[in-house]
Amino acid sequence: MTDIAVPTPPGMLAAAWLVARKDLAIEFRTRTAFLSALVFALLGVTIFYFAWDATAVAAADLAPGVLWVIFTFAGLLGLQRSFGSELADRAVDGLLGAPISRESIYLGKAFANLVFVAGILFVTIPAVVLFYNLPMGSGIAALAGIAALAAVGLVAVGTLFSAMAVNTRMAELLLPMLSLPFFVPVVMAAAQSSARLMAGRPVAEAMPWLRILVAFDIVFVTACTLAFPFTLDE
Amino acid sequence: MQAEGLVRTFGGRRAVDGVSFTLHAGDCLALFGPNGAGKTTLLRMLAGLLAPGQGSVRVNGVPVKEGAAARAQVGLVSHASMLYSVLTARENVEFAARLYGLPDPRDAAMRALELMRVEDRADAPARTLSRGLQQRVSIARAMVHSPSLLLCDEPYTGLDDAGSAALTDALTERREGGAALLLVTHNLTEGLALATQAAIMRRGRFVRHEARELLDVRAYQAQYRELAAVHD
Repeated sequence: MTDIAVPTPPGMLAAAWLVARKDLAIEFRTRTAFLSALVFALLGVTIFYFAWDATAVAAADLAPGVLWVIFTFAGLLGLQRSFGSELADRAVDGLLGAPISRESIYLGKAFANLVFVAGILFVTIPAVVLFYNLPMGSGIAALAGIAALAAVGLVAVGTLFSAMAVNTRMAELLLPMLSLPFFVPVVMAAAQSSARLMAGRPVAEAMPWLRILVAFDIVFVTACTLAFPFTLDE
Repeated sequence: MQAEGLVRTFGGRRAVDGVSFTLHAGDCLALFGPNGAGKTTLLRMLAGLLAPGQGSVRVNGVPVKEGAAARAQVGLVSHASMLYSVLTARENVEFAARLYGLPDPRDAAMRALELMRVEDRADAPARTLSRGLQQRVSIARAMVHSPSLLLCDEPYTGLDDAGSAALTDALTERREGGAALLLVTHNLTEGLALATQAAIMRRGRFVRHEARELLDVRAYQAQYRELAAVHD
């Protein structure tokens, strides 16, 4: 060990990747949060389906709301565990004491959370399309794009609030209470734009809502990255 | 490492109250004190995990809190293992090695585990290891990047004779290699065996701080017991 004189710490993105890879390895080993969120999402789709009166509400009107409400709550399950693994045995001290920026910790956590929610969406979107017999066709690619934009926004905000809530006694309650008000613009834009696609309308009709999603992502990824270092101060 | 006028307050109570000292390469400060004296708070400030209310900590002239270059030279062994229970011992140490930018993190991790004589459990998940073995892995994690300042908070806790011997050998090797050590312990014999300086902390202050060679160990032990026994 003594032959290593001057280590060169990784840059921001390299450090973020290390943190993300570690988080994904932990989740892959346990799979508890992912499977819980997945089962929750599929049960949610099923319950909404059996509670649906097809003669009163058209599938294309109901499905977008179902998809994004379920996705939001399933995503919260994943966000809850994001910093939980760091607090057990104070592993977070190892991260904070390392020669990496706190912004890189946030970006790494956010990327791992993004993979997590993308996995949920990967199963939930086809489930909603199948259950509600939606004529998606080529619109499925556009829907995937909307899902990606919405996921980035939710994860950006949710990762920040997860770090803030994890040290509190009411973390399970505090995270949804903090996050959900900020999720409203994302869920609204995602539901409105996907409603147009699920109704077979052209993508151009969804563009105003997509612009809102893009703007939300840019603003909140930047703001949350800058705000994150202050959430970890004791 | 230079600590100047460190103060940290929690809810109106001064956990650390104006602590200053300097550690040069090869120094080892053994820090003793009763529970609640402020030792752990002091170590967390020295490691850059806790911002001082007043004062500063510098390693080679760079403030620890702001400087990644300074934190790269610090290693911390704390009460908590700082391990991810799902990852193996090797993966935990290797992750730390990568965070510190070591060129061959896998090899560095294995060498650190060998130093703490726990390499035979390298592929066991941390959660399956006993408390003592977790402590050895935690120490390997703190030493993997060969820090020039090693902060150890009760490092012998939970270690058996083999683990204690491995730790003493490792600390001796690090000190002889030019690293500065700060060793927090309740065991005066263990602490003074490695120390070049000794200090007693009480109510957030250094109430004694002197060079090791000036100490009469028996008299010091008696005085420490007396100081520790005084209730706040």
